[in-house]
Formats: sequence, structure tokens, C-alpha cells
Amino acid sequence: MSRLRMPLTAAALTALALPAAADTPDTIRVGITTFLSGPASVFGVPGRQAAEMLAEQINDRGGLQGVPVELFFVDEGTGMETLLSEYRRLVDTVDVDVMFSGISSGTCNNIAPLAEDLEILNFMWDCGTQRIFEEGDYQWVFRTQAHAAPEVLSTFLYLMDHAPDFETIAVVNQDYAWGRDSWAIFQAALETLRPDVEVVAELFPAFGAADFSTEISRLQVLRPDVVLSTSWGGDLDTFVRQANQRGLFNNSLFVLPLAESSLERLGFDLPEGVIVGARGDHYFLHPEFRDDDDFTGFMDAFKERTGDWPIYPVFHMAQAFAALEAAYDAAAEATGGFPDRVAVRDAMEGISFSGLGREVTIRDDNQGLEDQLLGVTRRADGFDFNIMDDMIIYPAADITTPVGQETLSWIRALDESFLEISGDRFSHED
Amino acid sequence: MKRLLVIALVVVLALLPVLSAGNVTFATTVYAKMLAVLGIFLLLQAGQVSFGHGMYFAAGAYTAAYMGQAMGGADILLLLLAVIAISGLSGLIVGLFVSRYRYIFFAMLNLAFSMAVFALLEKLFHLTGGTDGLRVPRPTLLGESFSRAQFDIVIYYFSFIMVVLGSLGIWLYLRSPLGQALKAVKVNETRLEYIGLSANRTILIAYVFSAVLAGIGGLAFGLQQGLAVPELTFWTRSGEFVFIAVLGGVGNVIGVFAGTVVFQAVRFVAAALLDDAWQLILGIVLIGIILVVPAGLIGLPARLMELGRAIRKRRFLAGREQE
Amino acid sequence: MDSTLALIALLDGVSYASLLFLVAVGLTLIFGVLGVLNVAHGSFYAIGAYMAVTLGRWLVANDWNPWLTFPALLIAAIATGVVLGGLMERFLLRRIYTKDPVLQLLITFAVFMILENMQRMVWGVQPYFMSTPLQLLGNISVLGINYTAYQVVFLPIMALLTLLGLRLFLRHTLAGARITAVTQDREAATAMGIDARAVYFTTFMIGACLAAMGGALAAPTTSVVPGMGAQMIVLSFAVAAAAGLGNIEGALVTALLIGIARSFAIYLFPEVEILVPYLIMVLVLLWRPMGLFGMPEARKI
Repeated sequence: MSRLRMPLTAAALTALALPAAADTPDTIRVGITTFLSGPASVFGVPGRQAAEMLAEQINDRGGLQGVPVELFFVDEGTGMETLLSEYRRLVDTVDVDVMFSGISSGTCNNIAPLAEDLEILNFMWDCGTQRIFEEGDYQWVFRTQAHAAPEVLSTFLYLMDHAPDFETIAVVNQDYAWGRDSWAIFQAALETLRPDVEVVAELFPAFGAADFSTEISRLQVLRPDVVLSTSWGGDLDTFVRQANQRGLFNNSLFVLPLAESSLERLGFDLPEGVIVGARGDHYFLHPEFRDDDDFTGFMDAFKERTGDWPIYPVFHMAQAFAALEAAYDAAAEATGGFPDRVAVRDAMEGISFSGLGREVTIRDDNQGLEDQLLGVTRRADGFDFNIMDDMIIYPAADITTPVGQETLSWIRALDESFLEISGDRFSHED
Repeated sequence: MKRLLVIALVVVLALLPVLSAGNVTFATTVYAKMLAVLGIFLLLQAGQVSFGHGMYFAAGAYTAAYMGQAMGGADILLLLLAVIAISGLSGLIVGLFVSRYRYIFFAMLNLAFSMAVFALLEKLFHLTGGTDGLRVPRPTLLGESFSRAQFDIVIYYFSFIMVVLGSLGIWLYLRSPLGQALKAVKVNETRLEYIGLSANRTILIAYVFSAVLAGIGGLAFGLQQGLAVPELTFWTRSGEFVFIAVLGGVGNVIGVFAGTVVFQAVRFVAAALLDDAWQLILGIVLIGIILVVPAGLIGLPARLMELGRAIRKRRFLAGREQE
Repeated sequence: MDSTLALIALLDGVSYASLLFLVAVGLTLIFGVLGVLNVAHGSFYAIGAYMAVTLGRWLVANDWNPWLTFPALLIAAIATGVVLGGLMERFLLRRIYTKDPVLQLLITFAVFMILENMQRMVWGVQPYFMSTPLQLLGNISVLGINYTAYQVVFLPIMALLTLLGLRLFLRHTLAGARITAVTQDREAATAMGIDARAVYFTTFMIGACLAAMGGALAAPTTSVVPGMGAQMIVLSFAVAAAAGLGNIEGALVTALLIGIARSFAIYLFPEVEILVPYLIMVLVLLWRPMGLFGMPEARKI
């Protein structure tokens, strides 16, 4: 027995130590979990369309290291049991080389340990929960975008920059993990850096609620200076339209960190002067790239193909593909041939890549560092919806929980100097 | 003959991890759901349908999550005992209320209870993790801990043994006087009471038993998925159990097995082949089965023979007319 | 909570209850007459909403008079109810009236799954919105709080009109009398020459139209999204069951009860809001198994 084990262990060790070149396969198989049904499909479907376009682009260029990519989609909306079985089927039977999974934090919570056990490279391409890398160490799981902490803290900074004197705030978030977690982060920042602000209402209407009339009545009675909502999709659209119809935007400053994904759909029902975020520097009129031909080419092609301007999941998908391409290139260089899966994974450590925005870097805990863009809604010629103006892009390194720390306790230890982070400023006209 | 077939089936399934390792995960899901469907099947003997057994299914999974997290991965057998106790007790409490009702009211009241549980699981975010639910840590078995690949096999045999025991239990139950009384509720409740048996109590006993089965199913499901979510007690989940039970046929336990396998297979094949049409396909298959073989899959062989006879007869008649 | 807040909560509750009633009344009517609990009712609601939005947006986009969006809501609802309800009754339900009630329930469940999927294929997954009717009616101010006239005036009026219309129809028209007769005793009614099949067909279509109308009238106030049907069906179950299945006036009362309790909950205990409808349903059924206004059926020996 022990004689048998020895060479095996040795072989395993060499395999670990020396990532190697492998036979070139026919295709690089990429499994993607995304919402094709259910409310979150407002993100999942554009994500899928983006993935298809990006794969076409990569294959037109000759593929990754000369090998074309092939996509396999799984619907996150069919529920966790189908998702987990499908995930395993893709890994075991289809033998995918990499998985992009997924949109919902619930998916990532379950997929991350599974991917680790199955030893499959997994990019968490869109989910927001900050907990995964704070609670465990992963070898095979990477996040190619930011998490909730920088997304919410940049919103807090923008609000402090834009309207520092607010005294009361109310929150209307969807009643699920993201709604609760994002408020916990915002609230921690408020209590630490603006303890004088009074929270006048914490409303958590059910996820997918169709009617916010009562919440809006209550906000009209309370008249808070600021109304914060991290809601998205149909929930956000309904809330904004019902609130606008009843004049709530006249009473309070609205802060909507995910509204970039609703701008075009809401049209002028989302009035001017609302603070809007994008879960990263994701914006089809990105101030640093809007004159870049590759960038505008993709934006126009997407608009042409789908009828809508790209929203943030499109950008997140582009980052996942950019990371994959960068990893294959780096791994091929390291191994001097077509890289095997371990080599590709090893190449992910500390890698930098650019999707359709600023460069993202993977740090030691496998978390991506991604800058955050916010702005204020404004009318502009040529668009039948309000676009963003007075934009600020915040640097990821300053607003992301440091490696090895827990987000909420890190925020509670912040001091006034945090408010001095100013970011880069842009306006629509420039 | 029939008994031989059943034994052969059990032997094949017991060897499944050796014969077809790729299907172990699928089969475990089938067993977990089948346990809950067995509970529904039992109540169907009395003509009663519960649209709320998802709540016991959820109870099993959440018990595993809470105990596992508190004890850092509890022992499966301990979890099993806890789930039997908890689902049995909650089945008894809810059962005391619902066993007074019949038919649509029985179904609706169960639905109401399970939806109240659903709402609470979603709302009490800080206790239940809200919509995202709770992680179920991988348990141990008799102190032994496992890697994921090993645990897949462990949970397979755990669910398999539970299904065998559960089916056996139901078989014995239905042959006992209690089972006879249960069937009598469907046929004629008043007559049952004339001979001095309480119909409500007969239903209550079956209800508790079915709650325990659903609880164990939920435990197996939660352990396999590593997750307890409120969706386990959403009405569509409970509806699925009823659907499978009727799909298989009310006649016997083999029907429950056939129903669960077909339901899960259609669901997975549809999800794999056409990622956006699994509900459509499932719905059409189910309507087809209900319209063509209302007795369920278990009635399929008989129905096919009947059709065959009808066709032969028609041919025979047609042939005679030509002469 | 002072009386001002109470009035505000009451207004919100009434507007919510009006929509709830419109959907639940169709469900309860179908159950009362056909004895079928129609799970696909939620899909009729959702598709009614999608149809209304599609038609309304087309009218607005082609520069028709915006007031035409009001009749468009009605037309969309009736078209949806007549086509889907008619097809479902004629080709599916009609085959299984004699079968086990559980099978009937499951057929409607299967139709629900199919329609959920088809509606996603037709309209995709993006939220739709068409608020023209809401904007046309403008706002009214109560105690300094802005309300939309559509929600606090138009919707309650529509709910009341529906209730009165149904009462008049069932009690004072021949077709209504036929429906009532079949409901009370199918065999006797058939013996007197009433075509029970036609009555079932009509009733199911009317019920489906009511569900679709609930959806169409809700459409201007909300985003039309996938999954809205699954949510609504449980709520209308709660209303119909708490009222007593088959009881039309009772549905209005329980809809009000649930709507008002819900909006008070948002003011006083926001955490229990989502629990309110189910809590009311459980409590009512425990107290009165046949619902608040249900009549116990004679037990058959």
C-alpha cells in the first residue's frame, strides 16, 4: 500500500509544481451560467448576448492560442438543483475547460466550493457578495470584477461629494441577500463617517414586488433628504416610475447604485439629478473610451444586434473573456506551448486584463480590483433617455476591503481620511 | 414475478455507483424527491392532496443546515434522528389542524401553512439567510469525514436506503388496519366512523408519517445540494410532488419511482437540450400523460395493451368488412 | 400611528385590494361553477398585462389618441381571456370534468407551466411598461400626499363595477340564470334543457377575462415582468379561499381585508408585510373552514 502511494504522491507533486504544455484541443469549452429566465434575466440575457459576440470576435481573431472557443450556457433561473446538476454535467461530461458562474450571489456561494472540489477554473463573472473570499481560500475560483464593498462605498463617497449636508436618509431595498448586504455596508459607512445622519425608514419590500404605493406614501410623509435603493430590474423600474408619477423626486435626492442598467428602459421617467451607479466603470459612453474605435465599435454592434445599449453585465462578461484570453496567453508563454488547465489557473494569479473599461487586476485572494464609475442623470441631445453627467471614477484599491480583512469591520475602522478619496472627474460635454 | 422484478430493480440500483457512476447525482436527486412523493402518495390513498409538503421538505434541509453549522458538520445519523423528530412534531402540530379538513380545503390549508413558512424563511434574513438560504456543511458518518467524491456515494446510499425503507414502510402501512382505514376514508368516510374509527385520526397518523418522509427527503436533498433555500417550500415545489405522485399513478409504490424518474429525466433532458423550454416540454408531457393514461405511468402497460387490442380489433373488423 | 396615517394606509390598501379582487373574483367564479381550481389563472393575469402593454404601446407609438389606451386595456383583457380561456376549456378541461379533481388541478398546473414558458418566448424577459392611462388621469392630493387618481379612484371604481356587473349578470339575465342553475344542480339543470357544456365554456371564458383584466389594469401601475403570474396566483388563492371558494361578494371583503392589513403592516411592522395574506388565510380557514362566507356542503353518504 505505502509502496503504491509513494510514486503516486510524487507524480501528484510534480504535476502541481510544473504546469505543463498539453496537446492542443479542438476547442476551448467555456461553460457559462447566466439567468435566461426569471427576473434576473434582465442581466442574464444581455450577458449571454455579449458572450456570444465576444466569442465570435475571439474566434474571428483565430481563437485563444489558435484554438476557437465554444460556449455552453446554463440557465440559473431553473433553480439550484438543476443548476448544480448542469454544472457537474458540463464539468464531468462535456469536459469544459473553464466555467463562468454566475450572476446570483446564491449561485456563487454554492458554485465556489463545488468548483474547488471539481478542480475546474471558475470565474465569478457577475455576482456581488463579498463573503466568498473573505470566508475561504480558493485555488480554482477567481472573481473578474469588483464585489459589493467597492460598489457601495463608491456610492457613499459620491453622495458625500455631491450632497454632503444631508441629514436624513431612507432605504428601499429588495428583500434578499444583495438588498440586505448592500444596506449593511452603506449603513456601516454612515455610522462610522456620518454618525449624525438619521435613518428614518428601512423598507425591504419583497423581491419582485409589483407595487410600491404604500412605501411611496410613507416616504412622502417622512420626506427624507436622501432615498437610497440598490434595487434593479423590474423592481427598480416600477419603484422609479411610481415614485416619479407621485412627485417623490421633488422631495428627496435619489441614490440608485444599479440604475445604469435601467437608464435606457426608464427613459425620462427617471428624472434628471439622480445619482446613478454601474457596479464598476461600466457605461456605454465611458468618458475615457468613448473615442476609442474598438470600444464604440462594440457598443454600436451590440446596439445593432440587440436593440439596446450595453449595460453592466455586458461589461462584466467582457472582463471574464479578457481575463481568459490574458490567462491563456500568459500560460502559453510560461509553458512554451498550448497550456494545460493547471497552467492556465496559475497564470490567473495577479494577472491584469482590460475588458471594455479600465484595467482590472486579480489580487492575492483571487479578488478582482475594479474601478467604480458613478454620475448624475442629465438630459443630452441625441438620446431619448437621461444619460450620466458629472461622472467620477473611483480607484478600486482605495475602496476595496484589503486582503484578509472582513468588510464590515474594515469599514467600521475607517476614519475621516476615507472621505478625501476624490477619484477622477469627467463631464458629458468634455 | 412482480416481486422478482422489484428485487432485481433494487439490486441494480444498489450497484448503480459501480454500473453507471455518471448517474449517481441524478439518482440521488430522484431518491430525495421520491421520499417526499411517497408521503404525498400515502395521503392520496385517502383521496387527500397536500399542496404544502414542501414545508417538511424545507424542514429537513434547514435542520441539516442549522445543526451542521452549529456542530461543524454533524453526523448523518444524528441529523436523521433530528429530522424525524422535527418533521414528525411539526407534522403533528399542523396535522392536528388540517386533518379536520378534506379535499380542496385540505389542499389549501396546507398551501397556506407552507406559504407562511416560505414568507418567514425569506423575511427573517438574519436567521435564515433570506432568499439565498443557508449552506449545509458536509456531514460525517459515524465519525468518518469524506471528500466530495466520496460523499456523493455516501449520500447516494443514504438516500437509497431511506427510499427502500420508506417504500417498505408504506407497503406494510397500507396492509395494516391503519392503511385499510385510510383507504376507507376515500371510499366512504361516514361508514368508517360507524364502525368506530375516527377518520380525522386516521388522516392525522398518515399525515405525520408523510411529513416525516418529506422531511427525510428534504434532508437528503439539502445534504446533496449543500443548500437549504426558501424555494423548497414554495407552492410550485409542493405542486411538483403532487404532480409526480399522480404522474406515477396512485396504485403502488413502483409508480412513485417511475413517476419521479420520468419527471426528473424530462426536466434535465429538456434543460440540457433546450435551455429555454424545459417548462414547456414538462407541461406538455404531463398533459399528455394525464389525458392518455389517467391512471399514471403505472397504468401505461395496461393502457398500451388495451390500445393494441383495440387496433387489432379494428383491423379484424375492417378485414371482415372487406370480405 | 395617528388618524392621518391611518387614512393614508387605508387609501393604499383599497387601491391594492381592488386589483386583488379583480383577479380573485375570476378564480372564485370558475371554482364556483366548474369546481376547478385554476392554477393557470396566474398566467391569464400575466398575459393580460403583456397584451395590454403591447397594444397600449403600439397605440402611443403610432400617435393615436392616448385616451384610447383605456379601451385598449379592456380589449386586450377580453381578447386574452376569450382566446386562452376558450382554448383551454374546449380542448383540455372538457375532457376531464368527470375525472378525479386532482387531475383537473394538475392539468391547470401543466397549462400554467406551458404559458409561463410561452410568454417568455413571446415577450422575452425585459420588463415592459405602459403608464399612459396612469399619467392621463393625473394626481390627486390627500393630506399633502400625492396619489395617482388611477390607483385610488379608477381602480376601486372598476372593482365595484365588476362586482355590480357580475351580480346583475348572474341574477338578472338568462345566461346568468343558466350559470346559477348549473352551479346548484347540474343534473336538474341539464334535465331542464340547459346545455351545461355551454355554461362551463362561457363561465371559464368570463373567469379568464377577469384575470386578464386584473393584469391589464395593473399594467399601467407596474413593470410587467416574467414571474408576475406565479406571485399573483397564490395571493388570489388566499383571497378566494379566505372568502369561501365560489363566493363573489366575499372575495371583495377579503381582498379589502388583505389589502388594508398589508398596508397597515408596511407602516407598523414592515417585516411582516409579506406574511399578511397567508396569515389571514390560515387564521380564517382555521376559524371557518369553508371561508368567511362559505356555506358548508351537505355531506354525501
